[in-house]
Amino acid sequence: MTEVPVTDVPVIDVNVYLSQWPFRRLPLDDTPRLVAKLRERGVTQAWAGSFEALLHEDLGSVNTRLAEECRTHGGERLLPMGSVNPVLPDWEEQLRRCHEDLGMQGIRLHPNFHGYGLQSPACIELLEQATARGMLVQIAVQLEDPRTQHPLMQVPAVDVSPLTSLLAENPQLQELRLILLNSQRSVRLPLLGELAQKGKVFVDIATQEGVGGVEKLIQSVPVERILFGSFSPFFYFEAAELKLRESPLGGALRRAIASDNAAPLVARIHSTPPPN
Amino acid sequence: MIWDLHCHLSGVAGQTPGERIARLLDYADRMGVERLCFFMGMQWSTDPTPDDFRRENDEVLEAISGHPNRCYGFVYLNPKHEQESLDELERCIANGPMVGVKLWTAERCSEQSLDALVRRAGELKALIYQHTWLKVGGNLAGESTPTDIAILAARHPEVSLVCGHTGGDWERGIRAVRNSPNVSVGIGGSDPTAGMVEMAVRELGAERVIYGSDIGGRSFASQLGKVYGAEIRPTDRTQILGGNLKRLLTPIFRDKGYAL
Repeated sequence: MTEVPVTDVPVIDVNVYLSQWPFRRLPLDDTPRLVAKLRERGVTQAWAGSFEALLHEDLGSVNTRLAEECRTHGGERLLPMGSVNPVLPDWEEQLRRCHEDLGMQGIRLHPNFHGYGLQSPACIELLEQATARGMLVQIAVQLEDPRTQHPLMQVPAVDVSPLTSLLAENPQLQELRLILLNSQRSVRLPLLGELAQKGKVFVDIATQEGVGGVEKLIQSVPVERILFGSFSPFFYFEAAELKLRESPLGGALRRAIASDNAAPLVARIHSTPPPN
Repeated sequence: MIWDLHCHLSGVAGQTPGERIARLLDYADRMGVERLCFFMGMQWSTDPTPDDFRRENDEVLEAISGHPNRCYGFVYLNPKHEQESLDELERCIANGPMVGVKLWTAERCSEQSLDALVRRAGELKALIYQHTWLKVGGNLAGESTPTDIAILAARHPEVSLVCGHTGGDWERGIRAVRNSPNVSVGIGGSDPTAGMVEMAVRELGAERVIYGSDIGGRSFASQLGKVYGAEIRPTDRTQILGGNLKRLLTPIFRDKGYAL
């Protein structure tokens, strides 16, 4: 094998980023080149957050640029996932703009970069409002190996354990559709399985490691809750793609993870905002 | 042609080394990996006693025994136990089937206590794989950095060394070994962070970059993805996936009569 054959099923990649990683340039951090790569690898849709959202405080402009970048270079292939920081003033307006002005179907949260816990009242309020709007919520649990972070910027992984009680006890979060991105380095597989039982929680495979890793993930998390995520362009896209080959999944499971599980998640967005 | 420098008997079920390697080879088959180098046993010790490393090496010997011309062993040693390690080199390489040396975290490799081992490994034409990391939170006491291996390499310019994990923090690791022509980087056992392979090829040349997976803790997929996803020339990719490892192992393979 001198090249990786294109996956034989359509792919929805739920975990890509646009703009530039703060600490180095990445080979595909230019949107047209990233889109060309995704097209070449058979990706029919990619859900994109913005690296700018990690450190910028003017998230309104970050989200506007993200939406514009997706529209200009991705057409229907790129789906923007806006960023909201519930610690900042007037975050409710940022959420409204994402939904109503920019037509975003979901948001991507970075609680560790933004400095709040999932049990904080502001975060719970944000999750409730996003749920009421029918928006998807993605939480990026960890971006970089903590051992190789910049010495002045050591960011711990998001502690997802509060979700267990939140999802079980908060009736307003019953319909929350939550995707944990890059979770497997810091979250044990049994906890991911437990979260999938408590609510509509999904995980991607970008950081699923170990030989036959996807096979192992399926033993803890129901296969219908597993999504294809590459974490491109921070990770090489092929790393995730090859995981679907390494585990002996069979066509139906491979297709489910590659796209079938993700497709319905963006079909239920409210066309108009719900009443307050 | 894919040759994997960095494999362990872990990550799969199996009560015996033979059961484990059989399962690992199922995955290797799926991924097109032709030959694999294994080191360390079914339970690891970071600072092994002589009994520990002999037991681990026995397990590797048992595992590879059923797969000649496909699976190879690197002998695990501890420089703190110099004479016992020299004896183990003789047992496993000079008088046994192994083709390389694995050094982990017992002692930093810049220490002069490694010199006798490295000299003898060089005489046997064995390839030396030295684990290295640069952890922002601090390394283990005996854990080597790429700078340590550069110091060792300068004392033994005729011996081929591999800087394991490219130091983890590869942007620093590659720089640290750039001026050590007898040091290659092993790219396995870290996140598939884009740009790693491109920088290694740019700074070291493709001939000093070697694919390895670090299975079963890592996947073949994530580590092969580094090579397939890198924006490099097809000839570079061929070298990294197997050509370089084959070249470095050719002298000892010839001595042992192994097929190339």
